[in-house]
Amino acid sequence: MIYLVSILVFLMLIGAVMASILKDLIGAVIAATLVSIIAAILFYLLQAPDVAMAEAAVGAALTAAIFIIAIRRTERYEK
Amino acid sequence: MRKIVSILLLIIVAFGIIRALVEIPFGTLKTEVGRYYIEKGVEETGAVNIVTSVVVNYRAFDTLGEIVVLFIAAIGLGAVLRTGREKKTRDVQPASLILFTGCRFLFPFILILGIYIFIHGHLTPGGGFQGGAIIASGFLLIYLGCKERRISRVASHIAESLGGLVFLGIGLLGLVFGSYFLFNFLPMGTANTLFSAGVIPIIYIAIGFKVGSELAGILDNLIEES
Repeated sequence: MIYLVSILVFLMLIGAVMASILKDLIGAVIAATLVSIIAAILFYLLQAPDVAMAEAAVGAALTAAIFIIAIRRTERYEK
Repeated sequence: MRKIVSILLLIIVAFGIIRALVEIPFGTLKTEVGRYYIEKGVEETGAVNIVTSVVVNYRAFDTLGEIVVLFIAAIGLGAVLRTGREKKTRDVQPASLILFTGCRFLFPFILILGIYIFIHGHLTPGGGFQGGAIIASGFLLIYLGCKERRISRVASHIAESLGGLVFLGIGLLGLVFGSYFLFNFLPMGTANTLFSAGVIPIIYIAIGFKVGSELAGILDNLIEES
């Protein structure tokens, strides 16, 4: 259990770093979504299913959609 | 130079956070009120899911505040994006066959899952916010895949207003029949059954409608108006 959580936290950190350094903003949104999904899995493993559901629905689906809509109207690549 | 300063600042902040977190004994019942909720929650509110009994009964007023925050965010977005003049309809390429078919088949199931989650909020994990967010993600699929199936703005506004009015109305009825705002005036019923926990399921259904239509409305504003 502790190893699983450690691996997930490590993946989450990778996702967070990728989200901040990627120049392709769509890729950055995908990386941020990875952070949200792993956060949801962690909430579930740590016995908080209510928060896990909210995180999965809002963090992974809706936030990513709103970001992608905004990127589509502006520019995809950061200068 | 700037990088070194920012890294130093980050290390100081991280040190502070770690010092604060080390002091908290996670997983133990330190506070009086937490123990009270776990011991008396089911008996006092009738909701088997303790989280729900806190969110919709003991701290229902905070939940009302959260709903208001979401409402203000949706109104602000509408005010910023909806400029009133007609937008030129750009020729959007139609959705692919896979997306279209998947949208037609999956949308009812997503809707049923969301409704299940907020109706059973007092029995199983989940509740109004989670169910509403799932319903809104179903509507996101509609906007992506088959736009002709979306509901009208008027219907979504009616659902949203009804949700808020039912929540407030139940709170005021608590003042009439009981002693305080959001008093649980309906009979508790037996715990662990669908018709139990008094006003909690009704409030959660109202929250589910309100959150679902509000988040779907935000997506609608973003996709259509900008």
